[in-house]
Amino acid sequence: MSQKTVTAMIAEDEPLLAAALRTELALAWPELQVIATVGDGASAVAQALALRPDVLFLDIRMPGQNGLDAAAELAEEWPDDLPMPALVFVTAYDAYAVQAFDAQALDYLLKPVTPERLARAVQRVQQRLSERLPAPQQLDQTLAQLRALLASPSPGNAAPKERLSVIQASVGKSIRLLPVSEVLVFEAADKYLRVLTADQELLIRTALRDLLEQLDPAEFWQIHRGTVVRASAIESANRDEAGKLFLRLRGRAESWSVSRLYAARFRAM
Amino acid sequence: MKTRVPESGGSNRPLVRASLPAMNPITRWLPADTHAGLLRRLAIVWAVALLIALAQWLGKTDGAALDRSLVYSYAISTSVWFMTDPVRIALHRWLHTEPPHYWALNPRSITWLFLGIVLGYTMGTTLGDLYAGVSTWALLTQSPQRFWNFWFGSLGISLGFLFFFYQREKSLALQRQATEAQLRLLETQLEPHMLFNTLATLRALITTDAPRAVAMLDRLNDYLRATLRASRDDGDTARPTHTLQHEFDRLRDYLELMAIRMGPRLRFALELPDALASHPVPPLLLQPLVENAIRHGLEPHLAGGEIRVLAQSAGGDLLLTVSDTGAGCHSTPQAGFGLAQVRERLATAFGGADRLSWHSEANQGTRIALRLPLQPSQTDPLR
Repeated sequence: MSQKTVTAMIAEDEPLLAAALRTELALAWPELQVIATVGDGASAVAQALALRPDVLFLDIRMPGQNGLDAAAELAEEWPDDLPMPALVFVTAYDAYAVQAFDAQALDYLLKPVTPERLARAVQRVQQRLSERLPAPQQLDQTLAQLRALLASPSPGNAAPKERLSVIQASVGKSIRLLPVSEVLVFEAADKYLRVLTADQELLIRTALRDLLEQLDPAEFWQIHRGTVVRASAIESANRDEAGKLFLRLRGRAESWSVSRLYAARFRAM
Repeated sequence: MKTRVPESGGSNRPLVRASLPAMNPITRWLPADTHAGLLRRLAIVWAVALLIALAQWLGKTDGAALDRSLVYSYAISTSVWFMTDPVRIALHRWLHTEPPHYWALNPRSITWLFLGIVLGYTMGTTLGDLYAGVSTWALLTQSPQRFWNFWFGSLGISLGFLFFFYQREKSLALQRQATEAQLRLLETQLEPHMLFNTLATLRALITTDAPRAVAMLDRLNDYLRATLRASRDDGDTARPTHTLQHEFDRLRDYLELMAIRMGPRLRFALELPDALASHPVPPLLLQPLVENAIRHGLEPHLAGGEIRVLAQSAGGDLLLTVSDTGAGCHSTPQAGFGLAQVRERLATAFGGADRLSWHSEANQGTRIALRLPLQPSQTDPLR
């Protein structure tokens, strides 16, 4: 390890548990400096981007944005040239998440956290920090892990949902029906979801995450945290000067930005 | 030599298993989980058929042979069973009946049962006639009285069987429902996420604030005990009654447990007028609602909020309200088992119209009201 002090951040919504983790960390890794403790996912992303900790302990179930989504957003917003923080997920009980973590070799801690388990996690983080890959490569690795994690079934929804065939949106006092086969884009907008076809736009109140489970992943591709597009409608993917990837769709004039997490999909055959 | 036996047996087994359904066409058009029940009912039918044959033989004055009575009895009972049981199940789509027992008192299904009895009786009688070399149908002109005696006797016995089997399936289904409800209740109460987070908090408190840890442990203890007791006694009326006071005490245990964990994000108020304290309620009726309020209302809400549980008497009814100022929800609640379960319990315990009303507003919170019959104060402590 370098001479520089290693810094950490804790995101945990239960104050007592956050304090306890801090105390345990002080014993397991005395040199580690905990620079912030936050209580929700959105603050975790904002604070991590501002403070750039080396390690980030993320509770999975937090108010607002959960730990997994926070990690994904952080990976998308993280600057290219800096190493991404080592992520350690903390969870009380999420059978599915734990399986997914194991599969992706991501670090996680089960609550209640025992000193032995914490010591092991600390060791792994220290090892990871010491053999740190060049920033872009390490970011790629984190992105791949998170992508796989987000694609695994969400906890509690183990059973695959039935495919959705018709969108039902309320327009004024009536309900408009729209076959999914006509939809080109689903785009999250505040509390709504915009449903776009070649010539119409409807608003529904379903969360994108819930909707995704009912869409055919071969038919609809996620290209951003808040955007899912019909794969067969994609005309081209272009990079702008800053290196950001944009999609153009047949039948729509706008262009849609592809986030880093999903950019790997667009490579020439 | 001996070591080879399991080997060859093992390799043969899949073959045998694969060919079974093909060999037996009946098993193919009957749902697999109905086979055991069918055989059980056939065994009962056959046992009774033996008694009927013997009774008929003993009661006969014309010295007819036992074998004829047996053949008639078995042919008719088996045919009627066949028509009203396996065929009834095989036709379940057309009869609009559903698993697991395929009984429904709809016109189609009832018509089929009568038709099945007539068909089965005709088949069985024909078979018996073939064996005995006589014609029961000839009795229609020779001795209509005897013919109708036979027919109505068989009809009566068949209807008796159907009624018995129907009642039996119904009570089994009710039992199954009760067991499922208990399991579901236990599952919600002992939600692993809640348990492990509580244990983690306890673990943290033990070293930093021992008296608080002890207090929390006591709450957890009461909570677990109440949960186990409620899941075991649900619907059991023989037990001492669970009063609103008990119910509110358990809610307080749970909420204080959660308040330690959530800190200032959880505030709560429990309001139980003294006059209602000893009013009986189904155990842990409100618990799932309060848990929902925390889980779906306060936990996802950044600012947290307040939970208020209120008991009132209103126009001859007992009104129980659980409201929170949490995240709320703009659409109808998702098929949350909490609400459905409470609704079901209310319907079983008190019957009648919809006793649960639900109102929610995004970012405003959720309010659930339960309306129970107010029981006359049977509980004046001075008497």
